[in-house]
Amino acid sequence: MALVEVKDVSKRFGGLTAVSDVDLTVNVGEIHCLIGPNGAGKSTLFKLIVGLYPPTKGSISFDSVDITNERPYARVQRGMSIKMQAPSVFKELPVRQNIQVALQGRLSGAERNAEEDRLLTLLNLAQDSDKLAGALSHGQQQWLEIGMALALQPQLLLLDEPTAGMSPEETFKTGELIKSFNAEGMTVLVVEHDMAFVRQVAQRVTVLHLGKIFARGSLEAILEDEKVAEIYLGKTHAH
Amino acid sequence: MFKLLEGPQTLGRGKVFWSCFLAVLAGALIYPLFADSYDVGNFAYFLIWIFMALGLCLMWGYGGMLSFGQTLFFGIAGYGYGVLAINMGGGSATIAALVLSVVVAMIAAGILGYFMIWGGISGIFFGIVTLSATLVLAFFLGQTAGPEWHIGPARLNGFNGMKGMDPLAVGDYFIEGSALYYLMIALIVIVYLALRMLVNSSIGNVIVATRENPQRAEMLGYDVRKYQLLTFVIGSGLAGLSGALYTSWGQFITPSSIGLPAAAMPIVWVAFSGRSDLTATLVGSFLLLFGFQTITVYSQQAALVLMGGLLLATVMLAPQGFVLGIGQLVVNWWTGRRRRNDAPALTDASRLQSDET
Repeated sequence: MALVEVKDVSKRFGGLTAVSDVDLTVNVGEIHCLIGPNGAGKSTLFKLIVGLYPPTKGSISFDSVDITNERPYARVQRGMSIKMQAPSVFKELPVRQNIQVALQGRLSGAERNAEEDRLLTLLNLAQDSDKLAGALSHGQQQWLEIGMALALQPQLLLLDEPTAGMSPEETFKTGELIKSFNAEGMTVLVVEHDMAFVRQVAQRVTVLHLGKIFARGSLEAILEDEKVAEIYLGKTHAH
Repeated sequence: MFKLLEGPQTLGRGKVFWSCFLAVLAGALIYPLFADSYDVGNFAYFLIWIFMALGLCLMWGYGGMLSFGQTLFFGIAGYGYGVLAINMGGGSATIAALVLSVVVAMIAAGILGYFMIWGGISGIFFGIVTLSATLVLAFFLGQTAGPEWHIGPARLNGFNGMKGMDPLAVGDYFIEGSALYYLMIALIVIVYLALRMLVNSSIGNVIVATRENPQRAEMLGYDVRKYQLLTFVIGSGLAGLSGALYTSWGQFITPSSIGLPAAAMPIVWVAFSGRSDLTATLVGSFLLLFGFQTITVYSQQAALVLMGGLLLATVMLAPQGFVLGIGQLVVNWWTGRRRRNDAPALTDASRLQSDET
């Protein structure tokens, strides 16, 4: 069953067509990875899905409701949760308050305090909870933002390059974290460059190239596709 | 609910802070017993402006919206009070005139704010648009000298200003002198505590988060425009309260209280005090108003130059504000002293534990 349906979507910026006639379906309960070389249109498609850009053409639906013209906050209220490419946290606020702002719409009082503690421990940020978010390392800020996205308990978690700037160990832990939430029923759509991470988490993969869908299928099928290897992975990686 | 009086968004917490607060309040309450009526009246006049400063602190310091329009809403409510008080008659109707004029200012703020915020105006452009609206009102009122510019019996009178309205009154009793002073104290306490509770509440959390990163706040499911509009309406409404009280205090209002020099004043008060804290703004604005009034007795030009110099010094030396900086130094010193005092006790405790084991 489809949770997100992108139908015939295009996005033009002046004379540049960043995304062209894209159809994409993200099914309930899957971890779907969107990959492609630089300039393929992955981040633009991501921003179209979260509502930061209006599409030039086409429609986007979430849980069978047309959300093409809805603002990002309305999409979040429907059950989406978003982590942007660059760490996007409240830098001048303490770490705990960052989590609090994310949680306060859903929980209050002692329940919220307990959930704050649980998330901070899960994200390995409990010791830094009183620090300003801007004082955290790049990787920790990425984790904090993932934590803020998870705090909403979304149906669909949208992650744009969630492991950028993380060490291999942190990247692996992030993958395990995402898989554990997926095992509890959360659908995940990830835009990612790091193929090791994609191999770790992906159940289905869509390859974008020059703004168009180039290939889609299981991770194994994509890895065996010679054309995908040529445009993105490099032939040596395919064998 | 009272737990919200303290929180991450406000400086000052614990018994020491609230004891100081009560001591200052007690001092303010007994002041008229020792001062002459002229000084009490002057103090009441300084206090009138505090609401406008607190409103700007909420919008600029907490909401990240630099509004140059505080005197716009000051003027709307000030003239509004005049028009309503003259048309509704004196006595207790002046109380209704005060409330209604503030409501009118808030409605005006709601309309202007809606178009600005929903139109995506932010940052420096927010200041430019609000300043433009302020100057439009000031110039408009300046050309209303003719007899055709009246609302009922209330004449606007151009640059000479509107006069003839009654001061606040309950029945036949005029709220002037010490009574006005006590009313100001009561209103300031209510507004200050209410704002502390607002900024430390979940709404305040979103207001501050929106200042930090509006896109992230929206990505957490908040329609940040509504929170910005709420902040703008409350902040502007407080400027309106200052305006209505000012007209009631002096029984006149002129366009010069809206124009450019007047519009710049709240920015100076709040920047100098420390825009990101309500207490710093309250204390700093009062000190500046007191100093400004004292110097104005000798030379108004000198006072204006001093205000300009203070703004420059703040921007160059203490961008977060002088009063807030001093407040934070005191808090750090106090916290450090307590830690030093606690340290031996902790050391003793650990020694005892190790002895026992």
